Amino acid sequence: MSHQTSQPKRSHEPVFWGLFGAGGMLTAFLTPVMILITGILIPLGIIDSDALSYERVHGFATSWYGAAILLVLIALPLWHTLHRIFHGLHDIGVHRGRDWQQVICYGFAFAVSVFCFTLLIQML
Amino acid sequence: MTNSTIDIDILRYRPEQDNAPFVQTYRIPYDEEMSMLEALQYIKDEVDGTLSFRWSCRMAICGSCGMMIDGVPKLGCKAFLRDYYPNKIKLEPLANFPIERDLVVVMDDFITKLESIKPYIIPAEEKSLEQGEYIQTPEQMAKYKQFSMCINCGLCYAACPQYALNTEFTGPAALALLARYNRDSRDAGSAERMAIVNAEEGVWGCTFVGYCSKVCPKGVDPAAAIQLFKVESAKDYLIGMFKPE
Amino acid sequence: MQPHSSKRKPYQRELPVDWWLKHAFYTKYMIREGTSIAITIYSCILAWGLLRLSQGEQAWQGWLEALQHPIAILFHVLALGLALYHTITWFDLAPKAADIWLKGKKLEDKVIVMAHYVGFALATIAALIIITY
Repeated sequence: MSHQTSQPKRSHEPVFWGLFGAGGMLTAFLTPVMILITGILIPLGIIDSDALSYERVHGFATSWYGAAILLVLIALPLWHTLHRIFHGLHDIGVHRGRDWQQVICYGFAFAVSVFCFTLLIQML
Repeated sequence: MTNSTIDIDILRYRPEQDNAPFVQTYRIPYDEEMSMLEALQYIKDEVDGTLSFRWSCRMAICGSCGMMIDGVPKLGCKAFLRDYYPNKIKLEPLANFPIERDLVVVMDDFITKLESIKPYIIPAEEKSLEQGEYIQTPEQMAKYKQFSMCINCGLCYAACPQYALNTEFTGPAALALLARYNRDSRDAGSAERMAIVNAEEGVWGCTFVGYCSKVCPKGVDPAAAIQLFKVESAKDYLIGMFKPE
Repeated sequence: MQPHSSKRKPYQRELPVDWWLKHAFYTKYMIREGTSIAITIYSCILAWGLLRLSQGEQAWQGWLEALQHPIAILFHVLALGLALYHTITWFDLAPKAADIWLKGKKLEDKVIVMAHYVGFALATIAALIIITY
């Protein structure tokens, strides 16, 4: 009950929230169909695996627009999901080391983003 | 209907003699017209005069009789025995607030937050009576009207797990009321109030559970107020980056 | 103020760690937040695929074959369900973050939600056409 009346400090959450929102929007619209294609229809042979043949995917990934699309499709959802995981940890009562939790969560999203970015740049 | 009864479990706490709350069961005659508040009044008048609870208007406008009914925050005057009968009902003081006594909770924290958001119109310039009214069109009023329906009953705080986890969070009703004033065309206090919105304890303490809006007895949508403020706050953050004060 | 004469002793209740299991609304919220775990794994699978792609045709083929493993299929079916749950909850809440006014009236929630579903259907169909084309 010791609510402070001093001038409140501005949060940097808008940065993470912006990425969370963008990733959440992308995930809501496209993740289901992406999982359907890569995880179910192609492995089960319902869509011919030529659809994801090496030539085709490699050709796409090595075009500048294809690389950009792949980077967004793979990395952006992580900024959404790790944001939720970070806040979820607080929800389930993991209150210790919030700073480290933040570094690990967003650091993970950042690391995978850089990983994908590097691979795509190398292939270009 | 005449001879049936209903059992009501009430979480009791008498600070002068109890170290912790305990459950006491009351059996009262069942009446399908009876509200939960009337049931409590019956108990106090006919069964146990020591039972404490808050109430005033009996018509969902004073916001005094908020309580947990079977674990859900509701107004006692707006909930009826018939919706629970023949099952036993469990009444507890509003969650997330300290218990003062029986069904009475300590709301000081919420009141402090309510005061902190400056819940009054701050005009751009004070007008004298001779200068006339502050004119507002119905369209301008529509922008804030639903948020002005708040009766400060605290049900949304009882519904909010983020407030439960961290009482520093400004919370649903205070932020909805903040929206009520910031969205008012006659008000010029937005910038002052945005400092509260922008804080970690402001809108960023919310993870959009959304239960606050569900339990509001007056149809206020605090979750929407907070979401819209997140957008505002993000814009404010961007502007602040290029135009540091 | 005479603090010694007061019998006040406000009782603070503890929030149980499993608070989110005590009420269906909170449980659904936690499932919504939990969808992020499956989607994180899925993104990692794709990132792994990208690595394999960069290593040449054989490696890429190996990645495609790994996805045929029954456990992989099972995971993706589960992930699809959770991803759809995310979609539904995201669209449900979308109107709350939208403040669109037309001719002095707030755009109805239903319209905003429907527009999202139309967009979802179009995006899904477009993706399926592009991949099979």
